[in-house]
Amino acid sequence: MRIVVAMKAVPDLVEEIELTPDETDIDREYLKFVLNEWDDQALEEALLVKDATGAEVVAVGLADDPDIDQALYTAIAKGADGAVMLEGGGADTHSRAAAFAEYLAKEPADLVITGVQAPDDLDGQLAPMLAARLGQRHVSVVVGVEAKDGNVVVRQEFSGGRAHVLELPLPAVIGLQASRETPRYAPITRIRQAMQAGGVRGESVSTDVASSGLSVRRMFRPEQTSHAEMLEGDVDDIADKILELLRERGMVKG
Amino acid sequence: MSGNVLVLAEHIGGEVQEATYELLGKAKELAVALGGEVEVAAFGPASLADQLGGADVVVSVDHPALAEYNPEAYEVALLSVLRERGPRLLLLSNATIGLDLGASLSVHWDASLAAYVGALQVDGDAVLATAQVMGGKLHAEVELTGERGICTVLAGAFPASAGTAPAAGSEVVAFATPEGLDNVQTKLRSVIEPEAGDVNITEADLLVSVGRGIESQENLEMVQELADLLGAPLSASRPIIDSGWLPKTRQVGKSGLKVKPKAYLAFGISGAPEHLEGMRDAELIIACNTDESAPIFDVAHLGTTEDLFELIPALADKVKG
Amino acid sequence: MAFTGVLAVEEETREVFMNVGTAGEIIFYVVSTLTIGVFFWGSYRRVKKYRRGRAAFRMANLKKALFANPFQGVRRREDTWSVGAVAANSSVARRDRAAGIAHFFVFWGFITLFIGTVILTIDYDIVRKASKLIVGEEMSFFQGTFYIVYSVILDTMGFTAVLGLAYLAFRRGAIRPKKLDYERAEKPEGGYSRSKIVLGDWVFIGLFAAILATGYFLEAFRIVATGFPSFEVWSPVGWVLGRGFEAVGLSTAAAGTAQIITWWTHAALALTFVGMIPFSKAMHMLLDGVNLLVHDRSSVRHLPAPPPEAEHVGYQELSDFTWKELLDLDACTKCGRCHEVCPARTAGAPLSPRDLILDLRQWADANTGGITLLDHETRPDRTGPLTVDHEAPIAGGVISSRTLWSCTTCMHCVEVCPVGIEHVPTIVQLRRGLVDQGDMDPTLQTALKNLSTQGNSFGKSARMRARWTKGLDFKIKDARKEPVKYLWFVGDFASFDDRLQANSIALARILNAAGVDFGILYEGERNAGNDVRRVGEEGLFEMLADHNIAALESAQFEEIFTTDPHSLNTLRNEYPERGASYKVWHYTELLLDLVESGTIPVRSLGQKVTYHDPCYLGRYNGVTEAPRKLLKALGCELVEMPRNGANSFCCGAGGGRIWMDDSFLEERPSENRIREALGVGVDKFIVSCPKDVTMYSDAVKTTGNEGQMEVRDIVFLVQEALTNKPAEPGDLLERTGV
Repeated sequence: MRIVVAMKAVPDLVEEIELTPDETDIDREYLKFVLNEWDDQALEEALLVKDATGAEVVAVGLADDPDIDQALYTAIAKGADGAVMLEGGGADTHSRAAAFAEYLAKEPADLVITGVQAPDDLDGQLAPMLAARLGQRHVSVVVGVEAKDGNVVVRQEFSGGRAHVLELPLPAVIGLQASRETPRYAPITRIRQAMQAGGVRGESVSTDVASSGLSVRRMFRPEQTSHAEMLEGDVDDIADKILELLRERGMVKG
Repeated sequence: MSGNVLVLAEHIGGEVQEATYELLGKAKELAVALGGEVEVAAFGPASLADQLGGADVVVSVDHPALAEYNPEAYEVALLSVLRERGPRLLLLSNATIGLDLGASLSVHWDASLAAYVGALQVDGDAVLATAQVMGGKLHAEVELTGERGICTVLAGAFPASAGTAPAAGSEVVAFATPEGLDNVQTKLRSVIEPEAGDVNITEADLLVSVGRGIESQENLEMVQELADLLGAPLSASRPIIDSGWLPKTRQVGKSGLKVKPKAYLAFGISGAPEHLEGMRDAELIIACNTDESAPIFDVAHLGTTEDLFELIPALADKVKG
Repeated sequence: MAFTGVLAVEEETREVFMNVGTAGEIIFYVVSTLTIGVFFWGSYRRVKKYRRGRAAFRMANLKKALFANPFQGVRRREDTWSVGAVAANSSVARRDRAAGIAHFFVFWGFITLFIGTVILTIDYDIVRKASKLIVGEEMSFFQGTFYIVYSVILDTMGFTAVLGLAYLAFRRGAIRPKKLDYERAEKPEGGYSRSKIVLGDWVFIGLFAAILATGYFLEAFRIVATGFPSFEVWSPVGWVLGRGFEAVGLSTAAAGTAQIITWWTHAALALTFVGMIPFSKAMHMLLDGVNLLVHDRSSVRHLPAPPPEAEHVGYQELSDFTWKELLDLDACTKCGRCHEVCPARTAGAPLSPRDLILDLRQWADANTGGITLLDHETRPDRTGPLTVDHEAPIAGGVISSRTLWSCTTCMHCVEVCPVGIEHVPTIVQLRRGLVDQGDMDPTLQTALKNLSTQGNSFGKSARMRARWTKGLDFKIKDARKEPVKYLWFVGDFASFDDRLQANSIALARILNAAGVDFGILYEGERNAGNDVRRVGEEGLFEMLADHNIAALESAQFEEIFTTDPHSLNTLRNEYPERGASYKVWHYTELLLDLVESGTIPVRSLGQKVTYHDPCYLGRYNGVTEAPRKLLKALGCELVEMPRNGANSFCCGAGGGRIWMDDSFLEERPSENRIREALGVGVDKFIVSCPKDVTMYSDAVKTTGNEGQMEVRDIVFLVQEALTNKPAEPGDLLERTGV
């Protein structure tokens, strides 16, 4: 079985994010990029499937993503059998899906696992879009993938802790919410070894073949509640005010 | 070009979910602006229509493959409905079902898509959506170009009340079984209900949370009493869990659980960054801490430096009435 | 020397094989030869095991210990132990005076008796035999004055050994210190028993005592049988004992019979003992002197790198260990000092340094066919160290990963070990394997990931590192842009932890007001990597260190000072190996200098305080005096806790423990420490490490002592004592006229 993990580098959210002067996009120049945390989970899940079945795991990313090579080498250090860096594609999910689909047409996978979402996928998530382009089945918000007799059994999570166990034939695309285990740690020494071995292969794909259909008018920072409004009065007044607020929200009867 | 807005109804065991009403309410407003009607696609028993009186048209598809949510069956059915009805805009929840269907339909139905939508409006001919990206750090106001658009909308973005108000005349259309529904290969093997056992603090609407300020295990009783009176579970910051005073399932924070209740009462919590990370998304945060410079007040909406040993009994007395 | 020609019967001497007869003598020689064969065979097997280990590069230590500085460590613990210190038993007496003196008696008693036996062998088997062969007559020096001096020395020294042994047996049997009950810190599920080890100890003591006793009895019987020759009064113990026998009516003839029986018993016991040495606790007599002479405490300060040519990461097989590490395993006498002081063990964690060493020893023996009589643990399910499966991993198998992760690398074990064992480097080598396998706490994993992306464990943006300086009304110089005298290496906690930024601000204000020329690296600084290295993530340590070194090289400064003792350790001791040697001070040293020189005028505070030595400052780097002098200069009365200085007790945060879950501990080390401080009757707990502020403030709360004990960084005492009041933003603006 060949599993492709589609990866994306996204701005590290611990950084202060700046906007471009026209305020329609993020200023990427000084930003630090890291692997999308859901893609990290996707990789872990793929490696867990590999551990169980001996499947081949290949990490694939777009060369234009800043520092994606770091993520691809880390994937190899963690146990991926190979990594591919695609030259082409685009920034929005529609273009990315087209790029991954083009690559997968050349080197098909039985299973694609990718993060259920990314912090910047304004025009939608990769997994269903990629599946639509490939004409394959897909499931998102998955918290566990297991291969079973040529099929794949997944656990799809809903809010409130409900989940469905679904079985579907391969090939398929999975949008992963959380891996069954915490993503494994890649020691720096192993990442360095992977870099020295140079296991990342380049492939070229078409650029910007799909349009997101969105036009960004402006980006802005939501207003922050800076400091709590301090309640005035004595204990009684304050208790009254708190209960009133709770009552307004229907959380205290009477 | 149609001005209709179509909403996909989400239901569990035939019970339409809150999120659907939130979408319906907004759909009505948008449909008026676009000069169209509100349609709702109801997959499952025809009786669902009874709960969907808020829509002008209920498009009902009843088929065994649609008894429970199934990504493949829903996609086949919804794509058929979209092609047949041709709405201007499709509204989905930005939860599991919307995350499954939105992006794939964007390709199959050739529609623009905005995800993580927290606000929606019509500006002339254009549909404008405000999406929350970068983990909510940034908002993006986007125009959905083209003839068709899809929005996946965040839970709680719009009030549900508007969606339950009945429409003038609600029509129910029984939709012909779409091709392909008999041939769905994705099989539902089992449904897992939420685990019983200790309370799940991530699901509570109201949380009463305590921190170091409570000083000793004996004092927990007092807070527990208030929590019981309010019908809220008791949660805590790390030191309380570390001291073994409450189980790990009650820990709010980075190393515990991330909670997003409608209201969060924090007593004696100073607000270590690890804790704030776990609760800052609560809709209303009320903090009680004697130290006015405690970081908890940076995220709380309302605060008091009143002594918790006085405030908690006062609250409890008042709830008792 | 009394070297008279022919052996005269009436001379002052004794007959070695009295009453044994030729046949007996032949039997004795045959058995002795066999025994010595067994001894050498056993010793060879041990040496062979050590030779399977990697190079340890300790020959320089040995040379220094023997020749260059033969008295080092006699009076004060230093990094190495010299031959003089070994002779004085300094390492044994250091933490337990009584046991040390007793051991000294036994030690020298045994050595003297051994030398005595060697002299006898030289006389009897070499001089006499050779002279007969050459001159035709048996010649001997074992007579006359020589014999008398010999007798008096051996008799006395043997007796001191008896006294020493008696105390040690009494201590073990009647006083029964807790550390000698051999209870494991980690209880294996299938149960375990160390009764064989206990028995082995008693056999060792018993055999030794029996040899001494039979020796004196033999002497007494001989003296009685030979009719109390006057010169035998120089064997005082035997003489007195003989008089006693005479008094109870022992006849000359009966004494002769008793003599021959005792002779054989004594010989049998002695030979048994010799044969047992390489297979029992007795081997410590041979190994531990060597282990002390090659010991180097500095290996904990600057950890050894992973094996350079290993195909795998972390220790997986015997040959991954250095010969010193293998020698360490056999050197352990189970004295339990490490077990007693270990903060992990004290807190109820599964680690005891003694268990670790014993488990590794047993595993090494099990896998090399090593033979130990009695001196080993038994388990019904043959788990852990009893695993003979070569596939079983050492880290995570033989030694559980929980055990290895429990270590705070506080170095207390190495500090107190009387036989020169270096536990911490071995633990880190084993942890390296765990890191490679990803066998770690999720919280630790997150910290390491943060450190690799942002260079700090908080997961905050590297660009935010100097944000705390915004709380100042002056700009700290950027040492990368302008030259400064001192470069302040701030460290993660003092930079990023909201609760600790006040410390950094206070120090910055004091230094600025004192006109100290200092700067920081701003966002150029990364975590120094001290604890990353001790976690076992060597690659990440190298990455962080190299980044810092590049930043330091781009800066212009004369000397470094740090607020964080952990950073201080690695900057001072580990960066030089990577080509970056700097003079590195702790801020307490700098403050002391400023206060003593009058640059910072202070008033007397008159407070009663106690002071906690951070492990990495006091024990690791010997900085114990500067903070104390500083407290004195501030007019504080220092009340010492029982565990202070190099004997300080760890707060539990070191070695990466601060990034791991500690909720399973029965009593956190920090809580234990706060209780200790409460016991000395002070309410101010002064620290000089940012992590300590967090650890102990928390401990004060979790032990329910809020209001009873105030945890303060020493910098705040200085601030309080300033005669020119602390520079509040407003004041300074006025003064500088801005």
